[in-house]
Amino acid sequence: MTGTLLTIDGLTKAYPGVVANDTVSFEIKTGEVHALLGENGAGKSTLVKMIYGLVKPDSGSMVMNGEAFAPPEPRAARASGVAMVFQHFSLFDALDVAENIALGMENPPPMRDLAARIRQVSEEYGLPLDPFRTVGDLSAGERQRVEIIRCLLQDPKLLIMDEPTSVLTPQEVDILFETLRKLTAEGVAILYISHKLEEIRALCDHATILRLGKNVGTCIPAETSARDMAELMVGTELQTPKSAGATLGDVVLDISGLSMPSPSAFGTALKNVHMRLRAGEVLGIGGVAGNGQDEMLLALSGEVRVDADALKLKGEPIGRLAPNARRALGLLTAPEERLGHAAAPNMSLTENALLTGNVRKGLSNKGFLRWGKTQSFAEEIIEKFDVRTPGPDNAARSLSGGNLQKFVIGREVLQEPEVLVVNQPTWGVDASAAASIRQAILDLAAGGTAVIVISQDLDELMEVADNFAALNEGRLTEARPTKGLSIDEIGLMMGGAHGMEVAHVDA
Amino acid sequence: MDLSAINPALLLASLLVAATPIMIAGIGELVVERAGVLNLGVEGMMITGAICGFMATIITGSPALGFLFAALGGAALSLLFALLTQVALANQVASGLALTLFGLGLSSLLGQGYVGLKPPSSPKLDIPLLSDIPFFGTVLFSHDIIVYLGIALVAAVWATLKYTRVGLVLRAVGENHDAAHALGYKVVRIRVLAIMFGGACAGLGGAYISLIRVPQWTEGMTAGAGWIALALVVFASWKPWRVLLGAWLFGGITVLQLNLQAAGVSIPVEILSMSPYIITIVVLVIMSADKSRAPASLGRIFHASS
Repeated sequence: MTGTLLTIDGLTKAYPGVVANDTVSFEIKTGEVHALLGENGAGKSTLVKMIYGLVKPDSGSMVMNGEAFAPPEPRAARASGVAMVFQHFSLFDALDVAENIALGMENPPPMRDLAARIRQVSEEYGLPLDPFRTVGDLSAGERQRVEIIRCLLQDPKLLIMDEPTSVLTPQEVDILFETLRKLTAEGVAILYISHKLEEIRALCDHATILRLGKNVGTCIPAETSARDMAELMVGTELQTPKSAGATLGDVVLDISGLSMPSPSAFGTALKNVHMRLRAGEVLGIGGVAGNGQDEMLLALSGEVRVDADALKLKGEPIGRLAPNARRALGLLTAPEERLGHAAAPNMSLTENALLTGNVRKGLSNKGFLRWGKTQSFAEEIIEKFDVRTPGPDNAARSLSGGNLQKFVIGREVLQEPEVLVVNQPTWGVDASAAASIRQAILDLAAGGTAVIVISQDLDELMEVADNFAALNEGRLTEARPTKGLSIDEIGLMMGGAHGMEVAHVDA
Repeated sequence: MDLSAINPALLLASLLVAATPIMIAGIGELVVERAGVLNLGVEGMMITGAICGFMATIITGSPALGFLFAALGGAALSLLFALLTQVALANQVASGLALTLFGLGLSSLLGQGYVGLKPPSSPKLDIPLLSDIPFFGTVLFSHDIIVYLGIALVAAVWATLKYTRVGLVLRAVGENHDAAHALGYKVVRIRVLAIMFGGACAGLGGAYISLIRVPQWTEGMTAGAGWIALALVVFASWKPWRVLLGAWLFGGITVLQLNLQAAGVSIPVEILSMSPYIITIVVLVIMSADKSRAPASLGRIFHASS
């Protein structure tokens, strides 16, 4: 039980512009769950790709069961007993379960025998699956089962799982953990990648922490607090954003009687929204997803026009103005969807900087673009907001979610807006990037800008906002100071009377 | 107008002949598209196959060698497409169109000394007894060997895709090339081989036109058959047996309109000549209302970025 299964010694892998792994060493023991921790871009994925034979290390070596282990391709790794469940499922939608599993095996038995074995193994581990269903029709949890069964049928010694719980419901997570415990009892080692720290504390025996491609420490998760692990990942004490507590100025944005039908078929119309925003104020807008958050952003950005007098910026009606005209007056927005709405995926960061920065930064002259000025603007964003990328010529889609979000927020912040509206600013962003984005929002407010933060993360809103309002079915509650607001009160604001009626009917 | 001049047995027999070139080219393109590659150069590969086969037959005197060289010629031209799209990662639509133009030009150049020659005729498969059965003998059992080869090819492609591991891997590559790569399959190699198979089939189909159906060499003699073969694959919703059905449908209309012209039906000749194409378009529109599934990676460029 306690023998060493895999020893990793000094693995290094460099890509142009970034060292993904820098002399990483650790050991995985037979029958343990070993966690690999780290922020986005810390090099976890590259490391497991080397173990699985998808990427060749530049230097360093691995020893498995006492023998040198250097798989040239996944086939060889699988033959040595390494199996992997991928973060983005490596499944084929149009094929059925049995065919998908056969593709992951070296010498699959005939389909009929394989189907019988799939039934047997899947029931043995409490993951029932019908081998002849088409994978495209399965739920995310069931698809993951297909991947796990595919691995189990090869009698793996080491099972690698890359962020396995990010798509599962809490009940499905419980089932998965039971299966994994059963496997370790049989002597299978599991390398578990996640940044959900509480899960790791519940499941894992050991943890190795990567930061910027380096192994920066190990710990026993059950005996370490989630905060300590997070600080090991980030490398510094986790910064809690601090508000400078500036005094509020005059009203800059006045919304009165804003009603707007939703442009999308499943959206929520805005109904008679009233709100006043003062200079230096951060207003947090909470609410359950789909209660008018996206429509609120569209109305403020100018993507959908409303009554001229419904929106007033410093007393001037702007309801009928287009986005660029609003930008010129100082109302900037950063939508939720990073790739496709806030940034054009295939365009470079320089081009993306131009798309919203043109008006306020003067990046064009009589219709001709000023590339030099635009590039220095993009470089300024990258430098001031610590966007990790080789340079401004890289396409937006090549950035990780957190880095692109920093770029998108930074692009608006550096244009010195009068009013900034952000929707879900830290959605899917790791802890340290989220902290720096929140700090940027607070710094901006301290400088006299009024900020609206739309978010579903209540902790975030409590941290950054001076006042809190909630959207419920397209209606906005009155804003209340966040100081002294209890969770119960917030719940009532988000649910409103309508929610209580539903509860009443259910009872 | 004399419709009784149309002999149903001969009509059906010539339907099989008319359907064969597009059927062979279509089944080849089906394999290419199931591997996730859209090769619009079928027309160019067909005409290249037509002239290569014609030249080889004239030089060697053997139609069998002619068909072999037609397949090789088509495959060689498709290799150029494979190089552009799989190695240089060029756009598949543009490369395919270029391949058609290149193939048409290359074939006219190669065929300059061959206009007006007549190739030795290919032997017909004359099965004793069977070909003597009235009606069915004429319709089914009195053709050249390529007609049967074409049908066998459809059956073989169907069985390979459905029952073999090679077929499963090929479908997997066409469905999700990133996942196939993550599982360790050689996406580019599999696609290059599929493209070459498609090229060889297109070459065979072209040679059938120049060696058997017409048989002589004229510039641009495939006259859009490659495009019909491409449409056939969509019509068939990427299922092999439906390629056969579609080819027979198109072949049938082509033959029928020729017979109607000969019988002097009072419809303008131009409209009759148009009819196979119009009906193909109409059927395609109707078929695409059905949610027939194209391979999910079709036409997408694959790059194994770590």
